[in-house]
Amino acid sequence: MSEQQQDLVSAIVELREADAAQLVDERLAAGVDPLALIAAGQEAMDIIGKQFAEGVVFIPELIMAGEIMKSLSAKVTPYLADQRSAKRLGTVVLGTVQGDIHDIGKGIVATMLDIAGFDVIDLGVDVPAEKFIATLRDSHAPIVGLSGLLTVAIDSMKATVAAIGEAGLRATAKIMIGGAPINEQVRAYTNADGWAKDAVAAVDLAKSWVGGA
Amino acid sequence: MFTDNWNELTPEQRYEARMQAWFASEANIDFVSDEARNAWRERMQMLRDAIELKKPKRVPVLPTGGLLPARYAGITAREVYYDYDKAAQAWLKFNADFDFDAAFSTFAVVFPGDLYNILDLKLISWPGHGTGDDVHFQYNEREWMHADEYDLLINDPSNFWQRYYLPRIFGALEPLSIPDPATDIWEPPINPPTFFPFSLEPVQQMLQTLAKAGEAAARWMAGPGTVDLQVMAKYGRPATFGGAAKAPYDILGDTLRGTRGIMLDKFRQPDKLLAAMERLVPIVVDQGRRGSDMTKCPIVFIPLHKGADGFLSDADFRKFYWPTLKAVILGLINEGLVVWLFAEGGYNSRLEAIHDPDIPAGRLIWVFDTTDMKEAKRHLGGYQCIAGNVPGSLLITGTPEEVDAYVKQLINDVAGDGGFLLTPGVVTNEAKPECMQAMIAAGKKYGAAV
Repeated sequence: MSEQQQDLVSAIVELREADAAQLVDERLAAGVDPLALIAAGQEAMDIIGKQFAEGVVFIPELIMAGEIMKSLSAKVTPYLADQRSAKRLGTVVLGTVQGDIHDIGKGIVATMLDIAGFDVIDLGVDVPAEKFIATLRDSHAPIVGLSGLLTVAIDSMKATVAAIGEAGLRATAKIMIGGAPINEQVRAYTNADGWAKDAVAAVDLAKSWVGGA
Repeated sequence: MFTDNWNELTPEQRYEARMQAWFASEANIDFVSDEARNAWRERMQMLRDAIELKKPKRVPVLPTGGLLPARYAGITAREVYYDYDKAAQAWLKFNADFDFDAAFSTFAVVFPGDLYNILDLKLISWPGHGTGDDVHFQYNEREWMHADEYDLLINDPSNFWQRYYLPRIFGALEPLSIPDPATDIWEPPINPPTFFPFSLEPVQQMLQTLAKAGEAAARWMAGPGTVDLQVMAKYGRPATFGGAAKAPYDILGDTLRGTRGIMLDKFRQPDKLLAAMERLVPIVVDQGRRGSDMTKCPIVFIPLHKGADGFLSDADFRKFYWPTLKAVILGLINEGLVVWLFAEGGYNSRLEAIHDPDIPAGRLIWVFDTTDMKEAKRHLGGYQCIAGNVPGSLLITGTPEEVDAYVKQLINDVAGDGGFLLTPGVVTNEAKPECMQAMIAAGKKYGAAV
């Protein structure tokens, strides 16, 4: 399957936005299985994720690849309407914790999780603990991700983790934290279940938690 | 400016003239004692020696600014923004107790809250206006300049700023988009339609608001704005920033197009991005020069943001970030100025690129944060002054003993042949006072022995 879409994979990996869009349009018009195009996109994102982890590409490439994938999925979605939907891995509730209004890192994680097959509920920035808790209750999501860029986010994460615990949700939802000031010491301090140093690591961690890795 | 024949001088002669004017500015300082005057002279000489890659009498220990004086005085960030008197007192108290070799400045740190309220500033959130009472400002990331507006900027930056950017970032200045560009005016007959917009109610209201903004700015200048001068006179600590400039990539990437916008532009419209940055170079050089002309301090401060490790590949750093930053640096050096480059985050992958033979030696101060200082020294030693990099995390979570050990090692590693300043690696909004004291003490102890 993916061999037939190799040119699409290459176009995405090389961030040739117009070429990728044209290939997707052509394939859809020719009746190619839309799921094969999504699979090609995921394969491309895996490659870009590896390049990112190896320090070959950087944040701009992740953001640009995310843009290409958003456009790919917008094109493909109408064709999926009355077909079987792509396999989904589960729901992740995501937000930047209270006191911090930084959006970009969280946005990259949301895009990467979505591409990897998760349903993401993005609560935005400066999110109070109660909102995380209410959303976890409504969605029964197995994973919640707390994002933060500032050092002030660390105590906010700790408080949010504690509140989720008091709400009795830790048995059903695992908590991951991420952002520039986050490391293992911070994870231990906040009592989160795991931490990720970047969006690629966050996807790997989420997959390992739902048994998708 | 500093001489009658400025335009005939070489950059080296301009540098010398500016240095002389800076040292001569001591005549305008009312030192409280001979001791303060002598301390000022000694510190000025240490700074100059370090810039010129000589071995100063000892390693200068300089602050990087931040909200720490507020924490130290026990006042909240919100009080700093809204109570200028309390803020000034806090900064004076901090300067009294922490004996750096330069003033711990209020400029660009004590934010004027009522000015922001009057202007309805939308670019940031600040205490009591979107962030908590004790949290410093944060950027509201938006595309304040739209992706399809590059030609407007390239065609006429001033017009773009007046009629598009400023009305978006200041709610109270939205009517700035109404009057025509100033370049419409050539000669008589000056046509009434040109001035008609100033009769309109929103424009007239805006002009009144601007007057109020001016008064708020003047209140700040009369309060926190006097602290640096007082510190200079009382303790003989020079101010180290004469003017400010920015990397063109950061002007676009920090606020105009935003972090995400500029990263996409780099792929989607690289030529427009490059052209816009080139357009900004002489404007930024002029801004830095004017600041230094006024203050007489020849050091122009440039904070560096979106060129750090991880934000761009090395190839893109060399293509998109460095060329116009370098042009700004060269423009400032040509005016006889020294450029203070505050490289926040890591610059490990940039050390080769910034060791650029086109830039004359002894005109830059590279202040590093998480960059490996031994590597920085290896690349820039004997070529430009380097500074840094006591980690913010160490100052927040460490012990005075750990700070002492870090400074000892750092000085041992990089200060041996001069051309080094000791500073925190980051803006210090938080730090344990005893750790900051340990940094100063260790800098003076080990910095005198090299």
